[in-house]
Amino acid sequence: MTEHAPNSFRNQPDERGHFGAFGGRYVAETLMPLILDLEREYTAAKADPAFKAEFDDLLEHYVGRPSPLYFAPRLTEELGGAQVWFKRDELNHTGAHKINNCIGQILLAIRMGKTRIIAETGAGQHGVATATVCARFGLPCVVYMGATDVARQAPNVFRMKLLGAEVVPVTAGAATLKDAMNEALRDWVANVHDTFYIIGTAAGPHPYPELVRDFQSVIGREARAQMLARTGRLPDLLVAAIGGGSNAIGLFHPFLDDPGVKMLGVEAAGHGLDKEHAASLAGGRPGILHGNKTYLLQDEDGQITEGHSISAGLDYPGIGPEHAWLKEIGRVDYTAVTDTEALDGFQLLCRTEGIIPALEPSHAIAAVAKVAPTLPKESIVLVNLCGRGDKDIFSVAEHLGVKL
Amino acid sequence: MTDRLTAAFAKGRPALVTFVTGGDPTPAHTAAILDALVEGGADVIELGMPFTDPMADGPAIQLANLRALGAGTRTADIFAIAAAFRDRHPEVPLVLMGYANPMTIRGADWFAAECAKAGVDGVICVDIPPEEDAELGPALRAAGVALIRLATPTTDAARLPAVLAGSSGFLYYVSVAGITGMQQAAQASIEEAVARLKAASTIPVAVGFGVRTPEQAAAIARVADGVVVGSALVDLVARHGKDAAGPVRDLTAALSQAVHQSRKEPA
Repeated sequence: MTEHAPNSFRNQPDERGHFGAFGGRYVAETLMPLILDLEREYTAAKADPAFKAEFDDLLEHYVGRPSPLYFAPRLTEELGGAQVWFKRDELNHTGAHKINNCIGQILLAIRMGKTRIIAETGAGQHGVATATVCARFGLPCVVYMGATDVARQAPNVFRMKLLGAEVVPVTAGAATLKDAMNEALRDWVANVHDTFYIIGTAAGPHPYPELVRDFQSVIGREARAQMLARTGRLPDLLVAAIGGGSNAIGLFHPFLDDPGVKMLGVEAAGHGLDKEHAASLAGGRPGILHGNKTYLLQDEDGQITEGHSISAGLDYPGIGPEHAWLKEIGRVDYTAVTDTEALDGFQLLCRTEGIIPALEPSHAIAAVAKVAPTLPKESIVLVNLCGRGDKDIFSVAEHLGVKL
Repeated sequence: MTDRLTAAFAKGRPALVTFVTGGDPTPAHTAAILDALVEGGADVIELGMPFTDPMADGPAIQLANLRALGAGTRTADIFAIAAAFRDRHPEVPLVLMGYANPMTIRGADWFAAECAKAGVDGVICVDIPPEEDAELGPALRAAGVALIRLATPTTDAARLPAVLAGSSGFLYYVSVAGITGMQQAAQASIEEAVARLKAASTIPVAVGFGVRTPEQAAAIARVADGVVVGSALVDLVARHGKDAAGPVRDLTAALSQAVHQSRKEPA
């Protein structure tokens, strides 16, 4: 990592893993020594040119980076305001940004001599990406997935199995992503000697939020250089969907110290912020879960409530701690769009650009559909198209009342 | 208020520490189960604060958490249960065990004050390691409530001083790297660990995780200051529900006899 000025927005977290009041290491004592090991190993890896070289090589030749930066002419024309550009991370191997992080973490796992990989997954995208890198490096892989999600994401379950992973359905709680994460933590605590936990988003105990952000920041670094090369200037506004927030922080982080670049994170408002939703920043408050302090959906006793979103990748009741901090200091704006608006965004991109987006970035598209018309034509909005929609066509058909 | 805890480990014999989840099967039925633990001879009572996401617990206590929350158990119920227990049993130490979020959501000072008001002697918080002590430790210490820390097989010599710093009451040795209610650790590894912990610590060492039977408890009691039993008791609550007090009393009696007599048997 490069050195940043003392007043930089890119100096977080502190040495104890805190982003302002957020983040930290709230884990059981059994895991604490391993978390400290991981931090040491990650610090060493960051300083090791061989680690970076292997990461970069795999991103180029295995993942297919750099992903294109694409100007969307017909969407821009339809919205009638700012130019809309997309960072095409849906074109990555496995169809989403998740693989960037998995490549980085499995290299760390190998560096630490770990021989078994576990992961949690919601929609299955992170599970597929983890199973993929495990197959690539020949390591056994166990993916914990809520039983509810196993049922509604059958194609991704089959993909993981084809890739050699064991998929364990989790029936505890509401049997969705947070329960899968609990179960992965239970496995990890019992197998710390040989097991590496590849967390899928920029959350969890320090150093996970930092290292996931760093691995995903390839998105923003590329986009920044590509935009400068193509237009000679930086974008005016970045937009990205947020569940845990890894694709958003990956895009935002390299731009945080560019004062002219505004940023908008888009949470899932589900049925509406006054009903069931998954917007932790808009509808939650700070608390402690899964190793970090951050905004959580919870009741007044601190019991965690279930998130809801049309997108299984967004219905997590928390958010990465760096987003909680960026919200509090006001560097990034956050908004939320409903299931219905996301479905409209999904169809809008299909119709205008011939791109079928995942339901996660469809939330970002829906936000852009509101914002772009209010901006002058010379301004540039850059959206992270973090996943493709092949996995979602069945649920979209169902929501649109189409029988396949 | 750590006096009751100190006394429980100063009876000239090992102590039996028992855990049940508060509000399981309902808040109204917890009092009778706690009384059964006392009647059975438990020396320290751990009252679990239910949480939606008990990520360090195995299936038995996970389900107990869900039963308690499903029965409408709130944090206020847990403190009401604790305060009523304190009225009925002025001398028996009571410890709250649970997770950080329900303990800190209204502020650590609020939580510590409620503990003191309800006569709670100590708190075990699974997911606040020494590195995050500021979250809860100072408030508890200021209120005179013991912060009981966990040591595990992965707690090496370099970390142990940090774990012990600021902790009081007793040290809870988690004998297996894993979740509650699963397999028991090998006796030899427990003996080695307890010896290591006792050499570094002035507070008593209680050993838990995976201890289910009087025989297992007795074997550990020969080397440790206390033995913690949780999931085996919680299983009885699961099986007998509102009629669990009797079976809980019987198992506790067998456990306490085994623990209390453990050092009198010929080795």
